[in-house]
Amino acid sequence: MKRLVLLVVFSLWIAPLQAAIEAYQFDSPEMEADYNQLIDELRCLVCQNQNLSGSDADLARDLRRETYQMLQQGKSQQEVVDFMVARYGDFVLYRPQFKTSTYLLWLGPFLLLVLVLYLVVRRLRAADKPVEVDAGAMAEAKQLLEDNESRK
Amino acid sequence: MIRFALPLVVFVLMVGLLGYGLRLDPKKVPSPLIDKPAPEFTLSMLETPSRQLSTKDMSGQVWVLNVWASWCVSCRAEHEVITELANRKLVTVVGLNYKDEPADATRWLEQFGNPYATSVIDRDGRVGIDWGVYGVPETFVIGADGMIKYKHIGPVTHESLEQTILPMLKELKS
Repeated sequence: MKRLVLLVVFSLWIAPLQAAIEAYQFDSPEMEADYNQLIDELRCLVCQNQNLSGSDADLARDLRRETYQMLQQGKSQQEVVDFMVARYGDFVLYRPQFKTSTYLLWLGPFLLLVLVLYLVVRRLRAADKPVEVDAGAMAEAKQLLEDNESRK
Repeated sequence: MIRFALPLVVFVLMVGLLGYGLRLDPKKVPSPLIDKPAPEFTLSMLETPSRQLSTKDMSGQVWVLNVWASWCVSCRAEHEVITELANRKLVTVVGLNYKDEPADATRWLEQFGNPYATSVIDRDGRVGIDWGVYGVPETFVIGADGMIKYKHIGPVTHESLEQTILPMLKELKS
């Protein structure tokens, strides 16, 4: 009985999950791979932290259909991306393009790395350097120590 | 001194940046279509499906495109504001009935009143994609030169109508 209940509960769960996957027929496995890559890298604008493949929103379904149709018409991946960016802006891309406004985004982490490496190297070098002490000051210190010893 | 000042400056800068980020509404994605030509469409009118309206019919005049649907709850909230805009008779207000059942849409207009010069039917949302629609309601202002001048995402409020849309329309018309 318990098993049956569980079975029913879980099949209820499965139904909406399956609804998000359309059965598209592709002319070639390459096209299917292109399609899957595109819907993984394009953002659904309704539920903003999901990609097209993960979203069950109405708009995501429409955009998946649009992607499929464009690929079937022989359009390239880049053309599909350009189509989406022209309509929804760069925000639609999970992998932003490399251009003037995104240089800092792409290069920023490397700049930080270089900066940190520079600071670390500088600090290590400073630690390695033998400490130079003025000869006069050294003699004075020695004298003080000796005085201290002889006073005991 | 700099030992303490530097982390403090960095901290203040971070707080400033994060504070600014918190104030932004992530639901408002700037449209790349601003100052670009309005995407063309030719669609059947909701009232008389045998007749069609094309963006070409609107060229040479300032107009407003309001994307709405009978299933959209916030469209109901903005409806009185859109009605107010239409009543000013400043510009033509066209409705884009987005992914809706024409029968439901007609009933919705009968129930709440019809402020639109006409509503066109975008049954499968294909025109909506061209206009970069991702959340209904959305409102576009199109200039006499056929360029999209402004996009309002979400329900238009009295404030945004008075403070942003109406001044913009007056300026575009002058």
